[in-house]
Amino acid sequence: MTNRLPITKTYKLFIGGKFPRTESGRSVKVCDASGAVVAHTCRASRKDLRNAVEAAAKAQPGWAGANAYLRGQILYRMAEMLEGKRAELAGAIAAVGGISDEAARGEVDASTDRLIAFAGWADKYPQVLGCHNPVTGPYYNFSVPEPTGVIGVICPDEPSLLGLVSLIAPVLCSGNAAVVLASESNPIPACVLGEVLATSDVPGGVVNILTGLRDELAEHFASHREIGGVLAAGVSADHRRLLEAGAAENMKRVRVLGDATDFGDDAAMESPWQIEPFVETKTIWHPASA
Amino acid sequence: MVQSPTINRVMADERAASFTKRSIKTKAKDAGLRLALSMVDLTTLEGKDSPEKVRSLCAKARRPMPDDERVLGERLPHVAAVCVYPAMVPVAAEALEGSGIHVASVATGFPSGQYPLDVRLRDAERAIADGADEIDMVINRGAFLSGRYDAVGEEIASVADVCAAGGPGGRGVHLKVILETGELETYDNVRRASDIAIEHIRDGDFIKTSTGKVSPAATMGVTLVMLEAIRDAWLGSGKRIGMKPAGGIRTAKQSLHYLAMVKETLGDAWLTPELFRFGASSLVDDLLRQIVKRKTGRYAARYDFGVA
Amino acid sequence: MTTFQEQDATHTNGTSAVGPGRSPALEFASAWDYAPTPESAKVEIADRYGHYINGAFVESISGDVFETINPATVETLSVVARGTAEDVDAAVKAARQAQPRWAALPAKERGKYLFRIARRLQERAREFAVLETMDNGKPIKETRDVDIPLAAAHFFYHAGWADKLAYAFGGANPEPVGVCGQIIPWNFPLLMAAWKLAPALACGNTCVLKPAETTPLTALRLAEVFDEIGLPPGVVNIVTGDGEAGAALVEHPGVDKIAFTGSTEVGKKIAAATAGTGKKLTLELGGKSPNIIFEDASIDQAVEGVIAGIYFNQGHVCCAGSRLFVQESIADAVVARIENRLKSLRLGDPLDKNTDIGAINSAQQLGTITRYLDSARDEGLTRHEPNGCALPDKGYWCRPCFFTGVQPSHTIAREEIFGPVLAVQTFRTPEEAITRANNTPYGLAAGVWTDKGSKIFEIAGRLKAGVVWLNCYNRFDPASPFGGYKESGFGREGGLQGLRGYVRL
Repeated sequence: MTNRLPITKTYKLFIGGKFPRTESGRSVKVCDASGAVVAHTCRASRKDLRNAVEAAAKAQPGWAGANAYLRGQILYRMAEMLEGKRAELAGAIAAVGGISDEAARGEVDASTDRLIAFAGWADKYPQVLGCHNPVTGPYYNFSVPEPTGVIGVICPDEPSLLGLVSLIAPVLCSGNAAVVLASESNPIPACVLGEVLATSDVPGGVVNILTGLRDELAEHFASHREIGGVLAAGVSADHRRLLEAGAAENMKRVRVLGDATDFGDDAAMESPWQIEPFVETKTIWHPASA
Repeated sequence: MVQSPTINRVMADERAASFTKRSIKTKAKDAGLRLALSMVDLTTLEGKDSPEKVRSLCAKARRPMPDDERVLGERLPHVAAVCVYPAMVPVAAEALEGSGIHVASVATGFPSGQYPLDVRLRDAERAIADGADEIDMVINRGAFLSGRYDAVGEEIASVADVCAAGGPGGRGVHLKVILETGELETYDNVRRASDIAIEHIRDGDFIKTSTGKVSPAATMGVTLVMLEAIRDAWLGSGKRIGMKPAGGIRTAKQSLHYLAMVKETLGDAWLTPELFRFGASSLVDDLLRQIVKRKTGRYAARYDFGVA
Repeated sequence: MTTFQEQDATHTNGTSAVGPGRSPALEFASAWDYAPTPESAKVEIADRYGHYINGAFVESISGDVFETINPATVETLSVVARGTAEDVDAAVKAARQAQPRWAALPAKERGKYLFRIARRLQERAREFAVLETMDNGKPIKETRDVDIPLAAAHFFYHAGWADKLAYAFGGANPEPVGVCGQIIPWNFPLLMAAWKLAPALACGNTCVLKPAETTPLTALRLAEVFDEIGLPPGVVNIVTGDGEAGAALVEHPGVDKIAFTGSTEVGKKIAAATAGTGKKLTLELGGKSPNIIFEDASIDQAVEGVIAGIYFNQGHVCCAGSRLFVQESIADAVVARIENRLKSLRLGDPLDKNTDIGAINSAQQLGTITRYLDSARDEGLTRHEPNGCALPDKGYWCRPCFFTGVQPSHTIAREEIFGPVLAVQTFRTPEEAITRANNTPYGLAAGVWTDKGSKIFEIAGRLKAGVVWLNCYNRFDPASPFGGYKESGFGREGGLQGLRGYVRL
């Protein structure tokens, strides 16, 4: 009896709530720890990035305009769906990342919990980051945080899932839309997450997931004028310089997490100060008189 | 009915306060003090007013500083008008005969206006018949605040008719409509009441802030709102309405701030007693004090000017 | 004096007709004009100023100097050291050396120094106001009532934060950034110095401040205040000079953070220069801020807001309301009011207490403004310049003006002019107003004028701007964060959020 030949999946991109193949027609092999090919992923191009940014820009105002309670519920729904894919995600993390099943399950659980933390923040962070300002004179003055817009998120190779979730959760929670470049070494959890998102209540375009090469795409994240901010982790010093220099052209807000970042540190990673870099403080004045 | 703009009080107050930052010195101060003096409606509105008191006031109106020629080397202008209760009009008319100073009378049931309309009209008619050539009426604030704007306007029109028909040769006397802004409370109300009044009075008539019996009386902010209503009427229909802040203007400095506000809101055409008055009693003495100080370099004593 | 009797002859009953010589207009030409009232306080200005480094005034290492002039008279006020990389290096070293001890001071003690600075500024306010007016060209009315009191207030406000930072950053542990390089513009010289220095010092940083080339004098006088109140040497260092000193500061490896206020063009260069260096950055850049008037606005106050929005400080204001959007139904009424209001503005000697519009800060800036005026003319726009004040013989002057018939594509509707030039456009619906207002790479400030509460909050929420003035404009307060969206920069100055740029969490 011959062994059944397994079907290796080719993961597609996730843009605007749909799963297109890369317009470049290129793909990347993803291998397990033993070197066997477990799947193919798309090698996204500049044009895929462009499409993703367009989708994000279109979806962002609606997402920002959704009430905070609803955004929180949708993030919580994402967590629920993630929990449902626990085995598949853990399998992908373990196989490709070469870590134990237990550690992989731990990473999925931490990712789920992280989403829940930010589901809770959605209707609270404005109370922490905003305030009433006691100005001189008969004015009512207050400051509110508003989302920056479209944020490019460049994920670290490891942890492939927790890194991604830790980066996008605070970005999404405040009403930004994200264009994500997944872990290069193990993009599969990101692709599975895309499938989670497609069946969750997250509006199409709010999260867009690209797989591909940082060397190819980082400069386009930096230079695209519609991208209002870039959040990156696990990038080289060269990429960091490239991102910051490119960002200067349209004053993108850039945040690069250092290599010492401990994604498992709940206190640090679930702090409202993770949300703060991609909100804009709007300060509103109004005279008070009858 | 007139559609009145709303007023953003904080911004209006800020604009009004900006005129208090104007620095009026040297020649501008000299001219301003004299101009202000010529714009005063010298007022006494007390229950205890007597003919003798009114005569004394009229003397002061004619010659605010009896020794002006000796001390200053010039004859200071007389004030614009003397403002009294109706019962005192004959006394004032006689005392001011031939002076060119107007006899103004508060009438129409001053200060509350809470009398039947026919009584109020009769009050005005009588004051005119007794020699008043300016009538300072009060509007019906009760009607205004309960939203009966048409009634307010009709009553003003009735008094305006009385004023138009009265006076020597039936040429009419001037009307000043007191809004009693302290009771209207909001600037929106002040503007609306100004517009209603302006609609029903004649060219050359005035709108006026206060009776002086209610606090707050005239303020820079309220006056600015009224000046803007006057400006809009002028630019819109060519009707030229005068302005009289009354009550609370006690110092020369304050009066110069008001003049700056008039100058920068309505332009130079309104810098005349024909179109701008101060309803005040103690202002005159401070104007004189400043005029003397400017001229002699010395501050005057309170007893240097005639009491009235 | 005319009397009513004389005037009565010309009266008609009721709403009188507009007769000859009585066409309804406002005449501000002056029967009673304000006499000149020059500020009498005299300020001593030294012939020569050095940098302020490590608590002492020192010459430039290169010996280079430049002149700073009074733009209203073109007279030289003083000669000032021109900083180079070497001077910047000395200043950064001094700041670096002073920083640990400054940060280690009990926070309350650090705060006391700031309180002292605030108090001395208040006490010497008049001197500072006169000096600022002379060096900058702005009216004494503004330096006296806005620049100097606000600068003092900024120090006072931030003094109190020094020992309360933990409460500002709940759950995090704020630490100083280190040495801050701060580059400030010429439009509010002392105030911008205060905006930069006060939060930095409160958070335990030390500073190297680079004042603008054309307006170094009040910052140097502030250094005298630091001496007076005993601020430890090296905590604040001031290097005067031009772009060369600024660039040296940006590039200096010993600087942990750059805070810059100025043009978007230079801001982008700074961001590029600091890329990959790990330097923290806050940028407060240009703007082309919309001022939106709806038909239900309190019209006279809205017009005051327009005037304050664009003509305050000769329009040398990054958040100037340079794009006016008026609802079509009231466009004529608003324009007529602006026209009248412009006539009553007083342009001239900045030291005169009644001057509303002072001098343009420099020949260079006047040139920039003039080029924009020319471009508007070439694009066929109608320029309204109703103010009739005589321009002084000497100095740099620009009559306040506005343009009608402006479309969003016109140059003066898109680019920051930094002068007393207003572009008037119209709109029909709230959606159109929002779309047009947001159609700019900038996002610094915005004004909205309407009497309808629900509408004003809807518009305020949808404008992409860091400061939104509703039924007011150009309000500033130390407790109120200021800063922009998009290409107007990032980071805030003032208020709780303004501290964020001066701490590491």
